[in-house]
Amino acid sequence: MKLNWFKYASPATFYPLAGKLIPWFALSAAGLTLAGLYLSFFVAPTDFQQGESYRIIFIHVPAAWMSMFIYIVMAGWAAAGLIFNTRLSSMMANALAPTGALFTFIALWTGAFWGKPTWGAWWVWDARLTSELILLFLYLGFLALHAAIDDTRRADRASALLALVGAVNVPIIYFSVKWWNTLHQGASVSMTMAPKMAATMLLGMLIMALACWMYSIAAALARVRCIILEREQQAEWLAKLTQEPA
Amino acid sequence: MKPRHKRMALIAAGLAAVGIAATLVLNALRSNMAFFFTPTQIAAHEAPTGRSLRIGGLVETGSVQRDGVTVHFIVTDTAHSIPVTYTGILPDLFKEGKGVVAQGEVAANGVFQASEVLAKHDENYMPPEAAEALKRAQASGESTGKALVMDTESQAK
Repeated sequence: MKLNWFKYASPATFYPLAGKLIPWFALSAAGLTLAGLYLSFFVAPTDFQQGESYRIIFIHVPAAWMSMFIYIVMAGWAAAGLIFNTRLSSMMANALAPTGALFTFIALWTGAFWGKPTWGAWWVWDARLTSELILLFLYLGFLALHAAIDDTRRADRASALLALVGAVNVPIIYFSVKWWNTLHQGASVSMTMAPKMAATMLLGMLIMALACWMYSIAAALARVRCIILEREQQAEWLAKLTQEPA
Repeated sequence: MKPRHKRMALIAAGLAAVGIAATLVLNALRSNMAFFFTPTQIAAHEAPTGRSLRIGGLVETGSVQRDGVTVHFIVTDTAHSIPVTYTGILPDLFKEGKGVVAQGEVAANGVFQASEVLAKHDENYMPPEAAEALKRAQASGESTGKALVMDTESQAK
């Protein structure tokens, strides 16, 4: 059977699909979070130089990964919205932005709490920390710009441009610790090298990362449903949907 | 060319242009993007003089001398080293043989007067037993570290 993906590019068909998918993603997010936290706090061993304070890594790193990845996905949706002029693409970009901003904030906040006991400073202006802070401003700028323009389609196009230009920042964040001297240490886990972490620590972190993925998808789908309701108020399909008993 | 192909090409070209511009800017700012200077850079006079700067490297093993709350130590990158004095509380992870970043100025006598000392830890995380085994293996020089860490870990379980 050939699935017609484009069928779901329309808000009318995507709205019920998203509704059906949300519980699954939310449930797996909850399950994975519990498993991940258990591994992080009870199974993973104490670190040889940082002691227990290293355990912030289990939320810090997944949040930082999500903050960068969600931006790429958001910019991708924004680009799709510009190219194909599909309404749903811009709605998806808008639905992802708050979750991305949330994870960026968590990454910065937990980073500060980690930096104080290990480095001896809450904040330093090194390349990694500064570029991550810029990422937060890009998310907030995207949301603010969209909210500032009354005509939704114009707002979509303007904020999509901002999202695309800001995408340049993501590789800068990722490679900052490689390109320049930074106080932030290099990557422990990367595509090209063996992980520099004990196996159980790594497992806990990856499960937490997966939990963040599931949460992000569930949150984005729930938000896009709200955006669809808001923007398609006048649509016939919606009137039909609300008249029928659920 | 359909309009959407035109838009796609336009966006690709725009992204490439922004990417190239960013690369050029970052390249031009290379030295300003660094959080600290290494002792080698300072020996080569690449660092600014007469104003506050940060130096980074490893705390030389056996160099730490405590004098009340004043600490004297040597920051090295194995090629060059700089003596540092600092008065104040050191971060917990400040240790001989580990990374450090100090902010301050080079005094007339060539000693770096630090006003702030930060610890720079590395990206390795492992249980203490594995670290101990790694150290022993390095001392006897019989095995490459990575394989051994994994070995001791599976034994520990």
